[in-house]
Amino acid sequence: MSAHAVPTLADRLAVAGRVLLAAFGGYAVAALACAWLALILPGPRAEAVSAATLASFSIMAAAVIWVFAARTIARATLVLGAAALLLTVALWLAGGFRHGVAL
Amino acid sequence: MAWLHTWSGLVVGWVLFAIFVTGTASYYRSDISRWMRPELSEEAPDPVAAATRAGVFLRKTMPDAAGWSVKLPNAEASVVEVYWWQNLDGPYHQALLDPLTGEPARVRDTRGGEFLYRFHFELSLPPIWGRWIVSGCAMILLIALISGIVTHRRIFADFFTFRRDKSVQRGWLDAHNVMGVLALPFHLMIVYTGLVTLSSMLMPWGVKAVYGDDLLRYYAEAGLAAPGAGPAGRPGVPLPLGEIVARASAAGGETPEMLMVTLPGDANATATAYFEEPHGLAHLHPQIVYAAGTGAELARVSEAGAATRTAAVMAGLHEAHFASAPLRLVFFLCGVMGAATVASGLVLWTVARAPKGADPDRFGLRLVRFLNLGTIAGLPVGLAAYFLANRLLPYGLEARADWEVRVFFAAWVAAALAAALYPRQRAWPIALGVAACAFLAIPLVDAVLVGQNRFLGFDAAMAAVGLALVAGSRLAARRRPAESRHGQPSLSRAAEA
Repeated sequence: MSAHAVPTLADRLAVAGRVLLAAFGGYAVAALACAWLALILPGPRAEAVSAATLASFSIMAAAVIWVFAARTIARATLVLGAAALLLTVALWLAGGFRHGVAL
Repeated sequence: MAWLHTWSGLVVGWVLFAIFVTGTASYYRSDISRWMRPELSEEAPDPVAAATRAGVFLRKTMPDAAGWSVKLPNAEASVVEVYWWQNLDGPYHQALLDPLTGEPARVRDTRGGEFLYRFHFELSLPPIWGRWIVSGCAMILLIALISGIVTHRRIFADFFTFRRDKSVQRGWLDAHNVMGVLALPFHLMIVYTGLVTLSSMLMPWGVKAVYGDDLLRYYAEAGLAAPGAGPAGRPGVPLPLGEIVARASAAGGETPEMLMVTLPGDANATATAYFEEPHGLAHLHPQIVYAAGTGAELARVSEAGAATRTAAVMAGLHEAHFASAPLRLVFFLCGVMGAATVASGLVLWTVARAPKGADPDRFGLRLVRFLNLGTIAGLPVGLAAYFLANRLLPYGLEARADWEVRVFFAAWVAAALAAALYPRQRAWPIALGVAACAFLAIPLVDAVLVGQNRFLGFDAAMAAVGLALVAGSRLAARRRPAESRHGQPSLSRAAEA
């Protein structure tokens, strides 16, 4: 990524892929985490919802940073995909799909 | 991580600059609105009588509305602002009423500070589009800030470093660092809290998972709103609204800020009094719901819990309603530093590329330079033109408020296009000079056309902005002897960049 080298097509595609992964993957992970936390956090349920919503923006920021910090895009995709999968299962176990929430 | 900071900052920098500038101006939204409606008096009228008259006006205008809202006059605004709507999705009709007559106030048609406030998070686009674009930019700014901190290993040392004379690039980099780091807590706070204020649109998934589509239930349980009543289906007549205001003032200990009447033509109509309280950090609105027909108290909003209160404090920090004049000035200056951080980052992008042998006529570099000039020097021209149009457009002009907005955009675009035509060496001084002249013209035009002593403070502030732009213009014009490694006059490079 030096300023002098002319980026090849592969470089450009890798960057574009990371941008897409960061935007959509990051949002998906944050949204799933938000829904899951809203269901499992202790205390009154309105409080759990508020706390989960507040935290979701940090989660998205962390996910995006991870996508750009990872050594390869494949690694970033793998980790983000695994996190999304785990969160989906956890959300399903917590009963998050009874209202038909679809992402 | 450095390239992430550089490129994410560049892509959204121009929009962010506009968001920062209009948001910073919005700290003085009510002052701007007052200046732009010089016909209104300063005296705070009796809110009870004003509410009753507003109710008479609303019953005459739309008796079968889905809702009315009445913003009561206070020390900041001496008019009654009413809204009425047939449908929650809009359109929302608005009028400013004279509190002494209950008829539309004789005042020039303007959107006042409200336009800048809305532009700050909607960019004058359809609200959904504007809010998503602004939120996307805010998220990217959050990423840019975090990656900026990661990039910045010498963050403490650089705090005290400003190598103005070493080289142009170093100077711009240090300026970017100093302003970015000095107000870093503010930047992080303002971007995160900004996202939180839009969270019901951005992140509805927690509410959806727990409450399904019953958003109102969440608001009621969280202590954000009082539960309403369904329609009775029989016609009814609400009490004079002043009666509700009097009861609410007695029960709440102070005059409510706003009254909202739901289904005013129905026998089950409710009138909710909103208070601007507690007078602290949290942006919560205690509410009391009355039966509009009988004046009986139906419900009060419940106490908000810790997490909800935290979110309310974040919204409060973002909007700074709690801040008294000195603290508000600090917020304002932090906002200015935010805009300056973005601007210096944008200029740095071109300055850093100019000496690296990048072809100065390459399309990308020229495009960035054009957008930099057009945004950083063009937006102030648009703002000044907005204020000048408020004074100069004829009083009775059809759709006058829309014309003010058109003048804002036309002046901005014209200033940006003109800046593209200036000779490259002189573009920054000229463009900033134009903005300075436009701001310095505001106090003169105001003194000639309105000339009220109470606006001296506002006019002085406009003159101060103008003088700051003069200083910026002179700084950009100053030539210094060769001092960069390449032996070329460094500022001519900055001017080229």
